[in-house]
Amino acid sequence: MFGLDKKDTMLLLLVAALTALAPFLLNPFPEGSAMAQFNAGYPDLMQRFVIFGIFAIGFNILFGLTGYLSFGHAAFLGVGSYAAVWMFKLLSMNVLPAIVLAVVMSGIFALLIGYVSLRRSGIYFSILTLAFAQMMFALAYSVLTPITGGETGLQLALDDPRILDGAVAANGNIPVPGLFGMEMRDSVQLELGAWVFTFNFGYYFSALVMLISFYIAIRIFRSPFGMMLRAIKANQQRLNYTGLNTRPYTLAAFVISGMYAGLAGALMASMDPLAGAERMFWTASGEVVLMTILGGVGTLIGPILGAGAIKYMENIISKINSDILHSWFAFLPDGLEDLLVTLVYPFIGKGWHLTLGIIFMLVVIFLPGGLVEGGQRIARLFKSKKTDRSAPKPQIEPGE
Amino acid sequence: MSKTNLTRRGLLRSGAVAGAGVALPTIFTGSSVAAFTNEPTGSTVTLGFNVPQTGPYADEGADELRAYELAVEHLNGGGDGGMMNTFSSKALNGSGILGKKVQYVTGDTQTKSDAARASAKSMIEKDGAVMITGGSSSGVAVAVQALCQEAGVIFMAGLTHSNDTTGKDKRANGFRHFFNSYMSGAALAPILAKNYGTDRKAYHLTADYNWGYTTEEAIRNSTEAMGWETVAAVKTPLTQTDFSSYIAPVLQSGADVLVLNHYGGNMVNSLTNAVQFGLREKVVNGKNFEIVVPLYSRLMAKGAGANVKGIYGSTNWHWSLQDEGTKAFVKSFGTKYGFPPSQAAHTCYAQALLYADAVQRAGSFNPCAVAEALEGFEFDGMGNGKTLYRAEDHQCFKDVLVVRGKENPTSEFDLLEIVEITPVEQVTYDASIFGGQLGTCNPGA
Amino acid sequence: MDAIILQILNGLDKGSAYALIALGLTLIFGTLGVVNFAHGALFMIGAFCAVTLSRILTLSHVVVDSTKTDFLGRPLEVQVPYVYDIFGEATGAAIIDWAVPLSILFAIPVMLMVGVAMERGLIKYFYKRPHADQILVTFGLAIVLQEIIKYFYGANPIPTPAPSAFTGSFDFGAILGFDPNTIIYPYWRLVYFAFAAVIIGAVFAFLQFTTFGMVVRAGMADRETVGLLGINIDRRFTIMFGLAAAVAGLAGVMYTPINSPNYHMGMDFLVLSFVVVVVGGMGSLPGAVLAGFLLGILESFASMREVIDLIPGINQVIIYLVAIVILLTRPRGLLGRKGVMED
Repeated sequence: MFGLDKKDTMLLLLVAALTALAPFLLNPFPEGSAMAQFNAGYPDLMQRFVIFGIFAIGFNILFGLTGYLSFGHAAFLGVGSYAAVWMFKLLSMNVLPAIVLAVVMSGIFALLIGYVSLRRSGIYFSILTLAFAQMMFALAYSVLTPITGGETGLQLALDDPRILDGAVAANGNIPVPGLFGMEMRDSVQLELGAWVFTFNFGYYFSALVMLISFYIAIRIFRSPFGMMLRAIKANQQRLNYTGLNTRPYTLAAFVISGMYAGLAGALMASMDPLAGAERMFWTASGEVVLMTILGGVGTLIGPILGAGAIKYMENIISKINSDILHSWFAFLPDGLEDLLVTLVYPFIGKGWHLTLGIIFMLVVIFLPGGLVEGGQRIARLFKSKKTDRSAPKPQIEPGE
Repeated sequence: MSKTNLTRRGLLRSGAVAGAGVALPTIFTGSSVAAFTNEPTGSTVTLGFNVPQTGPYADEGADELRAYELAVEHLNGGGDGGMMNTFSSKALNGSGILGKKVQYVTGDTQTKSDAARASAKSMIEKDGAVMITGGSSSGVAVAVQALCQEAGVIFMAGLTHSNDTTGKDKRANGFRHFFNSYMSGAALAPILAKNYGTDRKAYHLTADYNWGYTTEEAIRNSTEAMGWETVAAVKTPLTQTDFSSYIAPVLQSGADVLVLNHYGGNMVNSLTNAVQFGLREKVVNGKNFEIVVPLYSRLMAKGAGANVKGIYGSTNWHWSLQDEGTKAFVKSFGTKYGFPPSQAAHTCYAQALLYADAVQRAGSFNPCAVAEALEGFEFDGMGNGKTLYRAEDHQCFKDVLVVRGKENPTSEFDLLEIVEITPVEQVTYDASIFGGQLGTCNPGA
Repeated sequence: MDAIILQILNGLDKGSAYALIALGLTLIFGTLGVVNFAHGALFMIGAFCAVTLSRILTLSHVVVDSTKTDFLGRPLEVQVPYVYDIFGEATGAAIIDWAVPLSILFAIPVMLMVGVAMERGLIKYFYKRPHADQILVTFGLAIVLQEIIKYFYGANPIPTPAPSAFTGSFDFGAILGFDPNTIIYPYWRLVYFAFAAVIIGAVFAFLQFTTFGMVVRAGMADRETVGLLGINIDRRFTIMFGLAAAVAGLAGVMYTPINSPNYHMGMDFLVLSFVVVVVGGMGSLPGAVLAGFLLGILESFASMREVIDLIPGINQVIIYLVAIVILLTRPRGLLGRKGVMED
């Protein structure tokens, strides 16, 4: 189906099903229960999951296939966001022109930066991309304040022109981004017993965009072009000796991956019309590297998993405070309750960075292939139980 | 416009509504009956405390959180009531807000506008917070304020000093108790002129972002009006940690005052570096060289250690004030936590009480009703004397403190001494000078 | 002229900090081939060795002074350090005053232990793993280390002043024949520069003139052959890791009076130190030192008012701009070797 083989079709359908059912899957605990703290099925976080998923999928096309580690990819996310917000300010609150401009702009930036940076390889390439991104951050935060909003970020204002759809919403407020009349923040809720599920238009729009991006990524992975990129990763020298110029291929991968980042940036701005310079800081670039490695470099689904894991930590674990902790352990005798709270407290709430760091270390030490390898090991465990123990173990396919 | 941004889950915590949910299975509650975002319908109301818990301002955020916890305790009738007893409005009675018990959720702004908005959104969408408050920088305050305007909840700003928060970027749903750069300039300049004379030459080092720009402008304008000359103003990157190359040329320029328009880590480092260079022992143009830090915070003064001694600056509030409100607050905070509150803690505590009081007086949690109750509200007994929440820009007008680093501190909290309490008339300005549009209040829904 | 001399001084001082950190990073890169994102954290831990020692020295018991009151009106509790009781007040105060230089003695064994423990406990399992895995694991370690420090010391910067003998600044202008006060430089920064020079010299001498250093250099060039010759190169690499950690830690100790240390100071330096190492050329120790001083001096020049007025924002980007120009004109940085970390 869609020009994919059976396995890839299954994967695509699986991801489609997961994203479509995310409002249910991410809200497994009933409202008001002690575990409701772990529910992640609210619009903002679900949007972040898929948007950072797009960002990581795009990054993986460059890093996973060619092995070129860009340490400045967040710059394209920032460019996309700024372009989208400027489109909202000047033209229209419809997200489509914003997304188009963002992808084009980030593509142009990626072409320029990629053309220069790809003259070097290995760590030299990483530092070049890092240098470009840090320069863009520093300038956006300071001297470019008239264009970027600087510290406070680029925001919409009541007196923006918005030439296509007028200036002010009916209630005198700044209009919100939408798609032909549907607003990105529109939601409906479904109450089932003690459970409440929220279906958000912005989320489903982003999810659809992510599925399309994912489909394109699969096609790239399976195409001759993808094969060429893998060959570059395996042995660039040999390719060069065969008389092949690899630069156009790596540059194409870089630009595609930059456009994915710009697309993610545009979606972020569409869900929440603000673009801040911090989006381009090196830690943001580092984050997408970590997402990809955490999920599984070079795998199709890994980056999405990695993005989800990190964003979940950031948004859920950081919100648990000592009060909530006390309410969890309230059924225990006082002394034991306090002891448990004292033991757990450093890892949650303001200590969520610590938990994140520990998870990075554990995953990379015990699951060299990232979360995907964890999934494969579990799957293998079940398989080997069902079949014979002597059955040959399926190999991890590093190239996938 | 269909129902928007909604979700009020806190209310479901009360069992009654959960029962109602069972009664209507599989019903899409699309256009809910709520009149505004997160209308609290149960026996509790949820407030969202959005403070930096990681990153360089984590300690300041921790102090803000302590203040909020204290405020919640007092609102729910616990503790000694703190400033509720000295507050001129007597609407609050210790039974929560409008009879609903106050609950709260916390989030981490990371002092990044993106993270702060994500955290605020999760409080609004997931936890059903009806008001968001807190924060430790203007970038975050402006970003979250705009989000709250869109979502239809009230934003009570925490520590934010830039003119923009209630100037160019003001919003109808946002309110600021903290003072701003303009007020710092207006309060500081006369004291500087009195102590250092009117014929000084100033050299500015300015953090290269919005807050730095507004602060430099405010201090320049007000000191130049007193007869000072500005020799130079150099912008320094936010990420700078070693300021030696910016400080070294100061003496060559012929300046005899150095103004450090820096905050947080930047201020700690630039002040430490400037003192290291021995600037304060120098005599230039026949006068002692002086350093000025426009915005002081006790926590930052602690980071700079002995370097703050004798250096002038301004602050929103200080625990050594002697009015009844301050004394009551310092007593209940100090008794609970063992040390005096910072200015960030004070402003956050006051904001929580002011919000609760406004709801109580308005008789509704509706943001528009609350905003109306806060606009033009005059009160006393919250420290800083008589205070006005100006209707035109939602900025508080109150006395501003000029402080100086103490020569002989008796403890690690006793670092600043109050030099003068600048009366509110001297720091009041016309609401239109910073531009921006307030817009109209948005109740969401 | 005086302005330029002043900025060269500044640059040398900034550069010595960059060079020290980059030197340790290059030792690990060059000898072990590991991309160590936790190197900044080692610098930070060094700085906190100084904080810890001054905390230990100021361990106090409480004496109630009933003539004064605290903020709640209770009698003031005055902290009296035990050091005062042991050595008397004058000597005790002097010891506390000299806490930072004393920390050097404290930091060397601590940092060696931290370095060796890191290498034996974690890094050695990652020699054969891809660089991406090394980045993830060391970055995770860096986060864990700084969160532990934050847990115990808080997020606020902690003032750790230099001994009072080093406060104030030295007037170069008077010596060089310029007007007084035009070229002044703080004593402690001069100490830092001298200290950095000594450390850098010692590391080079160690590698150049000892048998141990010779083996390590041989191992850097061709690890396999050295191993085949029956030399236990692994143990030497462990020691090198400890040495690199100690260099980073000492850089941190001596840096504390310049900037009050906080838990994320390592991250602030991390990116910069990688830029320095790469500009210097991967695997080249002299390159790292050279690049450190070069970038320090250029950064100082870019922060001059006249330069900023000419090119607004140049002070924000100078380091990265220089890095780009150098990497494009010299493919392997200033003194890099061919084939190191290029794939």
